[in-house]
Amino acid sequence: MSVTMNTPTSGNRLLWISLMVFGMVGLSLNAFARKDGMAHGYVEVKEVERVQVTVVQSAGAGAASADAELKWVAPTDPKIASGEYTRVAGVAPRAWTVESLVPAKEAAMMMTARDAGDLTVERVEPSAINTFGIWIAAFLTLGIFSFLYRDNPWYKVAESVLIGVSAAYWMINAFWSTLVPNLFGALAPTLVRAVASPDLPVSSSPNSDFWLAVVPLILGFMLLWRLAPKGGWISIWPIAFIIGTTAGLKLVSGIEADLMAQAVATMQPLVVLNPADSATATASSFSFSAISFWGSIGSVVSVVGVLSVLTYFFFSLEHKGAVGKTARVGVWFLMITFGSAFGLTVMGRITLLAQRFEFLFTDWLNIG
Amino acid sequence: MLKRTIPILILATSGAILVVAYFSPFTTNWSEVVLMWFNILAAVAYVLGAGNLLAVNLEKVSSRRAGWAYALITLVAFASMLTFGLFKIGGVPSEAHPDVPYAGDYESTQSAFGWVYEYMLSPLTATMFALLAFYVASAAFRAFRAKNLESILLLGTAFIILLAQTAAGMFLTGWIPADSVFAFLRFDSLRIAITEYIQTAGMRAITIGIAIGIAATSLRLILGVDRSYLSKQ
Amino acid sequence: MTNTSHSNHSSNATQSSGIRGFLAGLSSLDRRWIFLGVALAVGIPILLKLSLPEVPGPMARATFNAIEKIPSGSRVLLAFDYDPASQGELQPMANALVHHCASRGHNIVFMALWPLGKQLADKTIKDVLKEFHPEYVEGTNYVQLGFKTGNEGVIKLMTTAITEQYPNDASGAALTDIPLMSGVNKLSEFKLIGTISAGYPGAKEWVQYADGASPEAFTLVAGSTGVQVSQLLPYYPKQLEGLLVAVKGAAEYEMLVTEKYPVARHQGRLEEGRRRMGPQLVAHLLVIGLIVLGNVAMIAARGAKGGAR
Repeated sequence: MSVTMNTPTSGNRLLWISLMVFGMVGLSLNAFARKDGMAHGYVEVKEVERVQVTVVQSAGAGAASADAELKWVAPTDPKIASGEYTRVAGVAPRAWTVESLVPAKEAAMMMTARDAGDLTVERVEPSAINTFGIWIAAFLTLGIFSFLYRDNPWYKVAESVLIGVSAAYWMINAFWSTLVPNLFGALAPTLVRAVASPDLPVSSSPNSDFWLAVVPLILGFMLLWRLAPKGGWISIWPIAFIIGTTAGLKLVSGIEADLMAQAVATMQPLVVLNPADSATATASSFSFSAISFWGSIGSVVSVVGVLSVLTYFFFSLEHKGAVGKTARVGVWFLMITFGSAFGLTVMGRITLLAQRFEFLFTDWLNIG
Repeated sequence: MLKRTIPILILATSGAILVVAYFSPFTTNWSEVVLMWFNILAAVAYVLGAGNLLAVNLEKVSSRRAGWAYALITLVAFASMLTFGLFKIGGVPSEAHPDVPYAGDYESTQSAFGWVYEYMLSPLTATMFALLAFYVASAAFRAFRAKNLESILLLGTAFIILLAQTAAGMFLTGWIPADSVFAFLRFDSLRIAITEYIQTAGMRAITIGIAIGIAATSLRLILGVDRSYLSKQ
Repeated sequence: MTNTSHSNHSSNATQSSGIRGFLAGLSSLDRRWIFLGVALAVGIPILLKLSLPEVPGPMARATFNAIEKIPSGSRVLLAFDYDPASQGELQPMANALVHHCASRGHNIVFMALWPLGKQLADKTIKDVLKEFHPEYVEGTNYVQLGFKTGNEGVIKLMTTAITEQYPNDASGAALTDIPLMSGVNKLSEFKLIGTISAGYPGAKEWVQYADGASPEAFTLVAGSTGVQVSQLLPYYPKQLEGLLVAVKGAAEYEMLVTEKYPVARHQGRLEEGRRRMGPQLVAHLLVIGLIVLGNVAMIAARGAKGGAR
């Protein structure tokens, strides 16, 4: 693509500016002049209450042990009434609310149903913080789209936010999902249970678990050494470990799933029979009507395709004569492959755009 | 020794353990240990990535290089999100253990972390990729030129797939009876013929080629023939 | 996305006049007009709620049948290996897949190889599982394992030691205390594994590491983005028994699922894929038009310069 760097000419610019002004006016009208307005966040509200209980030991289990099992359950738990659980005296109940998002259209339906006396429908409330969120999301979405006109500060702000937020998101998720249970859980199980993960299973061999977790801890610190200005070689140890593991994983599975399985999938009967005839086919019962014409063509095409493309990839032979001709057929196969892949890519990208427009139209503008 | 021999040994051992475990169930325990370490190190890699981002942007801000204000925005976004997540700010307590401080959920929209995910991270990543729709269309206009047989094959296939994937395919060729001799001309039949036979064959050859390449590289690494990673300091 | 150059055709106006000159000038058209065209081609059908018929193809049917044929109450694993960037294509598949599994009475174990996949699994549990199948109890009928770092390392470790990889589920309950996971320590204990996959790590890795380890133990199906699907075609139908191709596959599968298992309310949650086929049609026609126009402009420009190269 040889496009020259150019600012829009005045005529062009006028057109673009009028388009944008048109959009702004429409937006304001939509926001303030319409009865429903735009961008409504709603949440479904659920109240949760928990009380601490002890599990009453059955008579056969011996005298109440010192570390009787403590639990938090709903105050309405039937086991409290039946006496299986007893409330722990002196521990205050805990109560909080759980809110979850509801799309505006469904919220309206749910609120009408509840107002009409249907208490099976959950309580839905308008939520200012989520309404504000929809505006923020729209602001950032349009900021990214503004890049299509030209690079500009609005886009850059949105991009900077994305970089910062996603790096932190990944790191936090790695921390809570893997480092805490799988690493710290082995190094300091008591602490992890007290602070973050009370139900962390008790290991049968805590000592060996501890020492087995020390290794990745050390390797982890060595990997983080990359951030230090000196001692670059230190991080080579964990990197060697990562490369070695990856190589070990890929060596076997690559050969199995991508080489052998693919070779087997290619070596199929070239003459494909109709499903009804395939069970009874013998040499004596040969008939052309039993053969699936397009199935057989497909099989032949597949084999020719795989072999010719492989020939094209075979660079240690000069692509001349028969080899050259086969390789050329391989190129045709590749072109069709890429053409199809292009079609599928267009399809994918358009869908992602459609999803963003749905957000803008439905959630933000409230016109969808 | 520290800089060469030990890394080569680490690589060979970890790789060999995984390969051997495939063939011998007796060493599965070893491979499990190696994999657990590997997965933990992957988590550390996320921390490393965040650390790198921090270093680059801090440097940009402190030396007032061009665009340092944007680097500052990145840093603020990063630091806020980190605080929200580490301390589970606004998070919902765990129903089973409301008394344990960090046992609760931090990913619902009620918590600051989940809110930022819902209204900032999610729309931003989605829109970034949605932008590509525009560039694909622009590339279709500028780069797809029918110059020779190869490019005509590519274009023709793209046309068929683009039409066949939507109702246009049914509209244009749906009138051809599905059981007639000409049924193969229906766009839906052509689409299946292209993807299941030709594209599959092309991709199968590519997959085989890549598999051979990866297997050879892996073997060279494990056997210590390829040592290029040692210079990545 | 660093190429910010734009052009307009007045800067290199051709000397020739008439239609040929106009067409030749097109080749230097400001691409923002193309962008506007794409926006309209996608936006207008959405506003008009353009809806089109779909005919399920063999790959969508294969996916549907794979979930139908395992006995009701089977333990299935659904891996959410994507992020919001691909939810336009993949969320419809996730919704239909979860509704299908629950309608068949399968017990569902959720997990994610992508950091943001867990959020999308949570969303699917809330929007589909709890909405259409309120009888599903966490721990007995479904479990959310959540995300783990390690990519294919996670899959490989799960082939022999799930409880080592996941000592707890995402809510913190010990896996050994969860009825649905009791005694389950290997991927081969699942009847079916479904991956909704946007790239690496995803469906390819599930084929290589899970299916490779025990090819006979379970059925593997995948929902894939349009971009990634080329890589997966060689695995279908031997290694991947079902494959949903982009939003078209989602729409077809949605149709098969809702035809057999209709829902009483909030049907829109299971129509996302079909809804997005309207803009798809118009945008595809636009792309075809653009390719044709680009070639016409090339030919016209050649003529305007007075002969081909």
